[in-house]
Amino acid sequence: MYPAKFEYYRAKDVHEALQLMAKHSGAKLLAGGHSLLPMMKLRLTQPTALIDIGRIVELTGVYREKNHIHIGSLTTHTELANSELLREICPLLSEAASLIADPQVRNKGTIGGNLAHADPGSDLPAVILALDGIVHTTGPNGDRQIKSTDFFLDLLTTDLHPNELITKITVPIPSRETGCSYLKFEHPASGYSICGAAAIVKLTSDGTCQNANLCFNGISATPHRAEAVTKVLIGTKLEDATIDNAFDGHLNIPEPIGDIYASSKYRVEMAKVYGRRALSSAKQQVDLKH
Amino acid sequence: MARVFGSSIKRREDPALVTGKGKYTDDLHLPNTSYAAIIRSPYAHAHIDSIDTSKAEALGGVISVFTGTDVQKSGIPGVVPVGWLLPDMKTPPHPIIATETVRYVGDAVAVVIAEDRYTAQDAMDLVQVEYSPLPAATNPKKTTEEGVSQLHSEAPNNIAFEWEIGDQKETEKKFADASHTVSICIRNNRLLSHPIETRAALADYNSSNDQLTLWMTSQNPHLHRLLMSLASLGLPEHKIRVIAPEVGGGFGSKIAHYPDEAIVSWCSMQIDRPVKWTSTRSESNLTDAHGRDHVTQAELALTDNGQILGLKVETYANMGAYLSTFAPAVPTYLHATLLSGEYDIPAIHCRVVGTFTNTTPVDASRGAGRPEATFIIERLMDLAANKTGLDPVEIRRRNFISPEAFPYQTQVALQYDSGNYEGALKKALEIAQYDDLRAEQKRRYEEGDKLLGIGLSTYIEACGLAPSAVVGSLGAQAGQWESGEVRVHPTGTVTVYSGSCSHGQGHKTTFAQIVSDRMGIDIEKVEIIQGDTDAVHFGWGSYGSRSAAVGGSAIALSVDKVIEKGRKLAAHLLEASEEDVIFEDGSFFVQGTPEKVQSWDDIALQAHLAHNLPPGMEPSLNASTFYDPANFTFPFGTHLAVVEVDPETGMVSLLRYIAVDDVGNVINPMIVDGQIHGGIAHGIAQALWEHVIYDESGQLVTGELLDYALPKAHMLVSFDLDRTITPCPHNPLGVKGAGETGTIAAPAATVNAVIDSLKPYGITHLDMPLTPEKIWSAIQESIKA
Repeated sequence: MYPAKFEYYRAKDVHEALQLMAKHSGAKLLAGGHSLLPMMKLRLTQPTALIDIGRIVELTGVYREKNHIHIGSLTTHTELANSELLREICPLLSEAASLIADPQVRNKGTIGGNLAHADPGSDLPAVILALDGIVHTTGPNGDRQIKSTDFFLDLLTTDLHPNELITKITVPIPSRETGCSYLKFEHPASGYSICGAAAIVKLTSDGTCQNANLCFNGISATPHRAEAVTKVLIGTKLEDATIDNAFDGHLNIPEPIGDIYASSKYRVEMAKVYGRRALSSAKQQVDLKH
Repeated sequence: MARVFGSSIKRREDPALVTGKGKYTDDLHLPNTSYAAIIRSPYAHAHIDSIDTSKAEALGGVISVFTGTDVQKSGIPGVVPVGWLLPDMKTPPHPIIATETVRYVGDAVAVVIAEDRYTAQDAMDLVQVEYSPLPAATNPKKTTEEGVSQLHSEAPNNIAFEWEIGDQKETEKKFADASHTVSICIRNNRLLSHPIETRAALADYNSSNDQLTLWMTSQNPHLHRLLMSLASLGLPEHKIRVIAPEVGGGFGSKIAHYPDEAIVSWCSMQIDRPVKWTSTRSESNLTDAHGRDHVTQAELALTDNGQILGLKVETYANMGAYLSTFAPAVPTYLHATLLSGEYDIPAIHCRVVGTFTNTTPVDASRGAGRPEATFIIERLMDLAANKTGLDPVEIRRRNFISPEAFPYQTQVALQYDSGNYEGALKKALEIAQYDDLRAEQKRRYEEGDKLLGIGLSTYIEACGLAPSAVVGSLGAQAGQWESGEVRVHPTGTVTVYSGSCSHGQGHKTTFAQIVSDRMGIDIEKVEIIQGDTDAVHFGWGSYGSRSAAVGGSAIALSVDKVIEKGRKLAAHLLEASEEDVIFEDGSFFVQGTPEKVQSWDDIALQAHLAHNLPPGMEPSLNASTFYDPANFTFPFGTHLAVVEVDPETGMVSLLRYIAVDDVGNVINPMIVDGQIHGGIAHGIAQALWEHVIYDESGQLVTGELLDYALPKAHMLVSFDLDRTITPCPHNPLGVKGAGETGTIAAPAATVNAVIDSLKPYGITHLDMPLTPEKIWSAIQESIKA
């Protein structure tokens, strides 16, 4: 539990963080530290320097910006879970954040760090994907806006370029006719997701499904968007049987992952159960509003 | 004064512990301390071809790097001994640092001593060890098969011992007469003990007087001193002082004598400086003794009406790579002797094979053998209920040892001294409203709701270890008495020296309650000293739920001796005859004339001044007792778990957990309840979550808390506790032991509940831990069939 030697710098703003990254090759950004520091203590990663961005004010804050929600990359999971704004207009995100690990991790871990780390068992990547969120980055070559569908490339791998950092995440505000639900099958040891299902459904006033989005974490290297499943649902009334049948032959996870606790075969089966339940629950959310 | 015995006073040790003022081994700092990092084998089984320490030695801040060869050259005995011998047992040597062969991932191969921890860690990477890997064995039964890699030349077929108990012929005869038999094959899952404080040692050797002081995480510092002297260091016992400061949990893992504390001590002797070592969490998980890991085949014979006729059991017990301190006793005398449970079983036979594998040594872990035994008999009782068509409650009732039958001699050596099993069962069923639960179960099944399961565990425990002569005859290389010394100071305050060694149990509170109550003095006048071999005469330590029953009794008897001396002195000072002096509420007075009184303060002062003592009386006021109990103690009770199982996912939700325990008289109900709560959480965790897994090559794949699932508060429910009180008839306090009841009873209650819920699918057994996938797969297979 004793990390190898490293240097420590604290950046006062994004500009300085980028300068420091350019100067110290082999450096890593430190935000909440709840993925990075354990790996350093086990010497699984040995950065030459840590650049602490944890006190950069411009990376904080959750607020409404026209028809989007702006979430600063340093926003902690606790802040996401407790945000009154999110609970009101984007409960999917606050619910999912409240299920991450334990209070200590939620108090320190940040949304930016979580997305950048891209652990397949992380809760937020699937949620941001379901919400059609956009990851905003800045780096030596300027700012970029990366669609969440393009952001997650592989296991622990994202589209983030070297020396880039995430500044914020923006999420379109779901319309009033939308219901959402995040259901999680948690690993009893790590608290990571064995299978998490984030569902969003938009219904017309007569209860017809106008749009649906279902994304999973835990079952593949990157969060999986079950487009073929939701496609079948559009135009239906989302009856239980309809939802059940939507999974038949339509859930195609290219390379499902597994481990000693839960095999890939089991995870895929759980995706069907959790997906179905998340969709039903999302539908009920709309019903409750009316 | 209100009786403090039996009251839930707050734990006196907690203010220091919760404000960070408690000093654990790693909190202690000596000038000039150096730091050790132990290099461990990454292979489960390999020859060590060469070790090159030169690069590490050249690193700035590194003081020394030692290998097993250096230990050998120093001429010390250099081994870790086994403290329990069975007939014909193979005891291959266990060097503190391996020289030729490593036998499990974690086996020590070298040690780096540096000026600080970080340098020590850096230097570890610079020590080059060349290995030739060998095939590994990990399964306790398969390791005995032909063609499997052999761990020790002394132990053919990797068998450490073969042992049996009971009457095989008689048992076979009963099976021949049986109307029903039920059988089960069980893999009792391997566990970590996992105390919050990892193991640590600070050794300070002083060459000028050849004296070693060793602060370490110990449940039994005198035992550690003894084994350190005899087998590891060769330093005379009186030259070693072992101190266990605050100890942050043990659950059995801090009983054993390990190589690491000996390595640290030896290093201090080499460099004549203090050396400190604190294991990391990963290192602890790799090297602290593991628990359980049995492969068992068991069969129960019954009459037509569900009366048990006989029980036969065969267990392969994983000993790991070497025999740990009390390892051989765990699957034998702490396991097979408990197989009769709460039942009158006319014939029992059990065979146990202890085997070597390329895994971490296995030894006592909270419950130690008794959870495994309870699991066997309680699972069989549920299978028997199914087979005979009786309710699980009814079949247990039909076989209980009746309250009139005590003392009851089992067929597996133990003599139960007392018990009222029906009483605890009845109470538990009332709390649970058992009939309503069964009705709800039926309703859910008929309506296709989530499955409900109800599981019972009517358990017995033998603890308060126990008569020295008996354990000696069974192979213990240790005694099982305990010391308790009571010193009354001139001002009437009291210091107690106990050979028990609290590592979280709360002795400073409960032992003080015993003294305060018995002497009739304020509890604030009592201080408890433990865990220091220089302060305490001797002690066998805290494990096997023995502290209150044995250590507490020793203190109580010393208090009685002090009272008797006080009475003599009071009679002398009051000019009365001894028979007329009454002792009550902390005062001595003459019968009929209560104004003629001597308080403890008077007596204590006079005893020390010694100006006016009766003829022949020695000054001062103290007493020592070395208490060796007449028998084990036998807690018992009924635990009842109610679970819900989601057939679509296999997920188990615990709905209720009811525990009615009989631990005899209760010194502090809050502390006892706390122990029982912790034990139940621990036991449920074995049933549902905890599992040490090795892969085929002998790599520990659940060595981190990312993979090894300890119970967390949100995974459990609020437990319903109650108790019956059947005092232990043979110790002065009537107490039994409460620290292990939960781990003994809960695995069976929980698994019985889950299997009960799966009855509609015809599932009769699943091995622990009952992970969702395991349950889901069984359901799927049942649906297919």
